[in-house]
Amino acid sequence: MLYKNKKILKIYIPLLTVIILTLALFVTGCFKKEAKKEIILATTTSTQDSGLLDKLIPLFEQKTGYKVKIIAVGSGQALAMGERGDADVLLVHSPQEEEKLVEKKAVINRHLVMHNDFILVGPEEDPSGVRNTTDIFEAFKTIAKNKALFVSRGDNSGTHKKELEIWKGAGITDFEKASWYQSTGQGMGASLDVASEKKAYILTDRATYLAKKKKLDLVILKHGDKTLLNIYHVMQPNPEYIKGVNPGVAKLLNVDGAEKFIKFMIDSSTQKIIGEFGKDMFGEPLFTPDAGKKENDLN
Amino acid sequence: MNTILEGIKKGLMMLFSFNKEVYGIAFFSLKVSLTATLISVIVAFPIAMFLALKDFPGKKAVISFVNLGMSLPPTVVGLWVSLILWRSGPLGIFRLIYTPAALIIAQTVISTPIVLSLATAAFQQLDHKLKWQIMSLGATPLQLMYLMAKEARYSLMAAIIAGFGGAISEVGASMMVGGNIEGYTRVLTTAIVMETSKGNFETALALSIILMTLSYLATFWLTFIQQRRS
Repeated sequence: MLYKNKKILKIYIPLLTVIILTLALFVTGCFKKEAKKEIILATTTSTQDSGLLDKLIPLFEQKTGYKVKIIAVGSGQALAMGERGDADVLLVHSPQEEEKLVEKKAVINRHLVMHNDFILVGPEEDPSGVRNTTDIFEAFKTIAKNKALFVSRGDNSGTHKKELEIWKGAGITDFEKASWYQSTGQGMGASLDVASEKKAYILTDRATYLAKKKKLDLVILKHGDKTLLNIYHVMQPNPEYIKGVNPGVAKLLNVDGAEKFIKFMIDSSTQKIIGEFGKDMFGEPLFTPDAGKKENDLN
Repeated sequence: MNTILEGIKKGLMMLFSFNKEVYGIAFFSLKVSLTATLISVIVAFPIAMFLALKDFPGKKAVISFVNLGMSLPPTVVGLWVSLILWRSGPLGIFRLIYTPAALIIAQTVISTPIVLSLATAAFQQLDHKLKWQIMSLGATPLQLMYLMAKEARYSLMAAIIAGFGGAISEVGASMMVGGNIEGYTRVLTTAIVMETSKGNFETALALSIILMTLSYLATFWLTFIQQRRS
């Protein structure tokens, strides 16, 4: 009887081989069609959620013939993708982290693109009275003192990094273990929903807040501080650096496409579109175009 | 409450106005998940039959391992598949990350253990004597496979339905390996997550209605085949 089973095996094995070969062919077919004419853009959720990229990317694709694959993640992950060479170009808002990569020569061609600002929002009643504080650091101190509920993204994004910077500046430590401090580990939009439902304070970028404002029970309580600037840069991984870390990846980088994208983002006509974006929907632009300016001159 | 009503209204409108973008995403979701299910079935059925009908040492251990695969968390699959497919990963040179192929791979990895486990159980339920009976009538191994599969068709269909359900409803892995790229790798589940995070609850709800309708129709169709008298 057993030899009959072996006969079955004899059929399975060629069958499985055929399947695997077909799959392999299918898969190779897929990547051959992928021309070199595409770039992977790693960016933050804010640029996608605000709708800015929906407006800009088709223009870029039309102009250059490149196809852009937008991967919207937190700035932390986007920078990590750039450092590994898993993305061709980055559009992020975490200047301090970016500078570390510049120093390591992991990224090159870094340019200031635009800024908007971070704002502290919370429930209309403002139970801790942060409205009346002198600056953002005082506001954070008041929240900690009153043990008022505070929602954090906790996802290593640019916004999360900025929040940590402010806690540090306010001289508050050990907040991450406190019961009034809740970390969602999610993007800005989802975290705003959590804060709104829980009547908590939260630090957010203005663009995402405005885009979602109608659905939120949150009002702006603190804004306009220089500390609260939210600055976006474009940059690309350094092919030389990637070669050193992972030579196989360096060959896959689309250096030309990345250069074209960066040029596009700081081009005056693109900058004009950025400056107009959001006016029709929110009554005010969501971003201020900054190409060619110095980071320190922003206010 | 208002959001829910608005969403349902908008969803129905989107369904019946044949919104091109929405149907594009829906059709693409269906294509990816059906392909993944088909591959799972092709891979899993022969193995399941082998596991169920052949005795070998350590068989119980192998089957318990297969069953364990059913509870493989999709997010874990997403993480591993993306680590492998990233440019910096071992299969990076194939440029598969953020392509429809990556979606199919991830969904196949998720649905194969489900199909395999349920199909193994289906074949094991068959009367063992049936095998000898078919073989004694002089059936070739291929005929044996066909007849056994036919005999177990109800349970096998259930396995396919479960595999398809696992694939189309999956979001974590699809987000990680596909990247939710508009017009390219955006599927219903990742679109729902994105619209939710944008605060467009109506659109998200509308897409969810379409997703449920689709999975229901697909399941209905598979059930129809399952219940058909042969």
